[in-house]
Amino acid sequence: MNRLVVIGNGMAGHRLVRALRDRDPAGSWRVDVLAEEPHPAYDRVALTSYVDDWDFDRLVLDPVDLASVHLGDPVRTIDRAAHTVTTASGAVYGYDALVLATGSYPFVPPIPGHDLPGCHVYRTIDDLDGIRAAAGRIGVGRRSALVVGGGLLGLEAAKALRDLGLSPHVVEMAPRLMPLQVDEGGGGLLRRLIAELDVTVHTGASTQAIAEERGRLLATLSNGTELDVDLVVFSAGVRPRDELARSTGLAVGERGGVVVDGGCRTSDPSVYAVGECACVDGRVYGLVAPGYAMAEVVADRLLGGSAAFPGADTSTKLKLLGVDVASFGDAHAATEGALEVVFHDAVAGSYKKVVVSDDARTLLGGVLVGDASAYPTLRALVGAEVPGDPAALIAPAGSGGAVGIAALPPSAQVCSCNAVTRGAIDEAIGAGCADVACVKKCTTAGTGCGSCLPALKQLLAVAGVAQSTALCEHFGQRRVDLFEILRATGIRTFSELIERHGTGRGCDICKPAVASMLASLGAGHVLDGEQAALQDTNDHFLANIQRNGTYSVVPRIPGGEITPAKLLVIAEVARDFGLYTKITGGQRIDLFGATVDQLPLIWRRLVDAGFESGHAYGKALRTVKSCVGTTWCRYGVQDSVGMAVELELRYRGLRSPHKVKAAVSGCARECAEARSKDFGVIATETGWNLYVGGNGGFTPRHAELLVSDVDSAMLVRLIDRFLMFYVRTADRLQRTAAWIEAMDGGIDRLREVIVDDSLGICAELEAAMELHVESYADEWSGVLEDPAKLARFRSFVNAPGVPDPTVSFREERGQRVPVSLGMPGGGR
Amino acid sequence: MTAVRERVWTTVCALSELLPGRGVAALLPDGRQVAVFRPGDRTEEVYGLSNVDPFSGAAVLSRGVVGDLRGVPVVASPMHKQHFDLRTGVCVEDGEVSVVVFPVRVHDGEVQVGSP
Repeated sequence: MNRLVVIGNGMAGHRLVRALRDRDPAGSWRVDVLAEEPHPAYDRVALTSYVDDWDFDRLVLDPVDLASVHLGDPVRTIDRAAHTVTTASGAVYGYDALVLATGSYPFVPPIPGHDLPGCHVYRTIDDLDGIRAAAGRIGVGRRSALVVGGGLLGLEAAKALRDLGLSPHVVEMAPRLMPLQVDEGGGGLLRRLIAELDVTVHTGASTQAIAEERGRLLATLSNGTELDVDLVVFSAGVRPRDELARSTGLAVGERGGVVVDGGCRTSDPSVYAVGECACVDGRVYGLVAPGYAMAEVVADRLLGGSAAFPGADTSTKLKLLGVDVASFGDAHAATEGALEVVFHDAVAGSYKKVVVSDDARTLLGGVLVGDASAYPTLRALVGAEVPGDPAALIAPAGSGGAVGIAALPPSAQVCSCNAVTRGAIDEAIGAGCADVACVKKCTTAGTGCGSCLPALKQLLAVAGVAQSTALCEHFGQRRVDLFEILRATGIRTFSELIERHGTGRGCDICKPAVASMLASLGAGHVLDGEQAALQDTNDHFLANIQRNGTYSVVPRIPGGEITPAKLLVIAEVARDFGLYTKITGGQRIDLFGATVDQLPLIWRRLVDAGFESGHAYGKALRTVKSCVGTTWCRYGVQDSVGMAVELELRYRGLRSPHKVKAAVSGCARECAEARSKDFGVIATETGWNLYVGGNGGFTPRHAELLVSDVDSAMLVRLIDRFLMFYVRTADRLQRTAAWIEAMDGGIDRLREVIVDDSLGICAELEAAMELHVESYADEWSGVLEDPAKLARFRSFVNAPGVPDPTVSFREERGQRVPVSLGMPGGGR
Repeated sequence: MTAVRERVWTTVCALSELLPGRGVAALLPDGRQVAVFRPGDRTEEVYGLSNVDPFSGAAVLSRGVVGDLRGVPVVASPMHKQHFDLRTGVCVEDGEVSVVVFPVRVHDGEVQVGSP
């Protein structure tokens, strides 16, 4: 077996091992990865998001099978003659092929005071932990920090510092921020937008010296400014880690980096280099995409292939401190004769520039700041002929001039993460893909960074795939429109709504949907008046229909907490009615096999014992699951059961576009699995983190962090807003994950609306939830108290008390289960 | 020779017991179950289908949501939502499948089901 040694366990090294294993399942290579950091490989691109929840596990890259990874043991020497490497611990590894994936290190300008305590760099998890600890030691009051370097990483660092409660100063030597990616105009707007976010920007200045003064740091800038700060973070660029290559005599570039050829091979044919430590055609790339491309090349070469590095696409689109920035192709118009077209709307905070060839016919590149929505289309058009006037490419939306995605040639790459062209996407659409989810699945487009998802939607529209938003054939409106109509007009019956705003008599889509909206608007008991006729069978009988036509019953057990006395009641009811019992995933008990006639009798007993409806039958809040938290658990940091009970009692009975599940965990160990819920709460030392948009099911999703470290009162207010905004604006049967994904701007947009209150609707959302909480009444009690409602609970209108003769049971593992009706495929 | 049988009508309930836009199940003397639907509040408009959903085999059609699809009065099976034409019993999604139709009438404020 061949032996491969990989030095470095960063993103490029990890990708190489993964690619090799994917292409070589037989395992013709034995792989040893030698890592300097003590942590498993992690997503360094997402490093700044570590500050959101300090959850390292979230950043860890999937481990690769059949590779030995040796953490925390850096390589000290390479003996190319003997084909061995020796690590700090003295271990020796022989190799047939060696890959250098040593990455880069942060450049720290050698100014006086650069090594004082309080000076940090921004590159690894340990760096961030160090910054966090330092920030924690600073007293309250004026807290500020200096970031040296205003590039991409510097602005990321500024965000991290701001999230840690410090006011950052950013010092950039160039006359603008992000000088590599944006031009002067874009940089100007970027500076203005970022200054609005409590970040002070100093451009055209360098840091001359740092001195310690009364426990703080005093930084002197070249323009004479003195900054009194608590800590300093250097983010002034990176340099390739090529010291091992130098010490073993491999060729290195003029400005550093291990020189490799198109096959990523160094001057020694059995040694390769990939990622930020490699120098290809005289260039070193500090981006992950070229590193990945090199890793793929080496994996292919190790298996006898002849792949070559295709050159790097250095296009980038990112959100820095909430500001969209994109740069693609020849952003600085370096091509001879290149022409620039700029559209700058300082009022709206949007800067757009495209660079075209001297004949204005070919798109070469561009810069977008503030509004980067055109990025997927424009990046894909680079190198292609401009359809008509270049200015139309960036004309404001609605002016009629903007070039649609229709202009893209089939060869244009729409998804750059997975190299999917427009042609491939059109082919998938032609083969029957009718929505974005299907296109993603069939082509892998949009499964990486997701920036091309709007483009996929547009391509579907261009292909004439009707993305009708009508609720059904009776209502041309979307659910959100109907909700607004109901709110604005005060209409509270289906018959009036369909008469004035729809056609026909309605169907099994619009009737339950409208019933749900009426319930959300506080229209009384769900079986009152004509509402009863609108309900799906589950809501009509307030129970869950099962395969033989019987129903299951789920009493509410808030937070999963229940007394032995109440457990006994459930046990007795199950025994007396011969019900099959099972513990659910939501920490409650499901009782199966009840006929329509039995439901009120069962509920009489349950309600008398203090139980109420668990709404397992409804598109409504189901459960708020919990772990035992501080009450019992030696690790708990907050009272998770108490919070879960409070939340479940607050939102019980809330009807929503789809079911809503929730959980509260008492510490970061997350035993309640809150991140798989529509809203999940995880305790922190000082409060709660709120995650939204998770679900299990057919397409599992992890919930994303919305806010961190909020107190209990704020947590409840934010969940009030989240749920009410969801109830009002989601589509029918759209879970929260899909709702957030479909939102233009995703989780960031959601945060703007319900945390920052950008639409000014938060007070109103909270008031609407308060109304729900005040008007809540148990649905089953409502039935038991009303003879007219009770009368509907009979199997036969002409034979009250006679059970359905087609229902029969057999016994399995000591319980009653339905006898199969045995009519697969449908009979006549 | 043609045998002529008198159709037998069985009274199942008062019209006032049928919620407009909904159905109920009735048990016939021969043990068969019929789902009786009243799509709207017009008195003469009532329909009867076998209560058994042919796809699942469960006697549940009376508990489905009633409505119309392109003008055709239908009930949606509460099990897997296939629609059945209330007039003909034919499944909208699969014309090969249908359920038995029972004649239903309103007589003196009472709903009566006839033998099919």
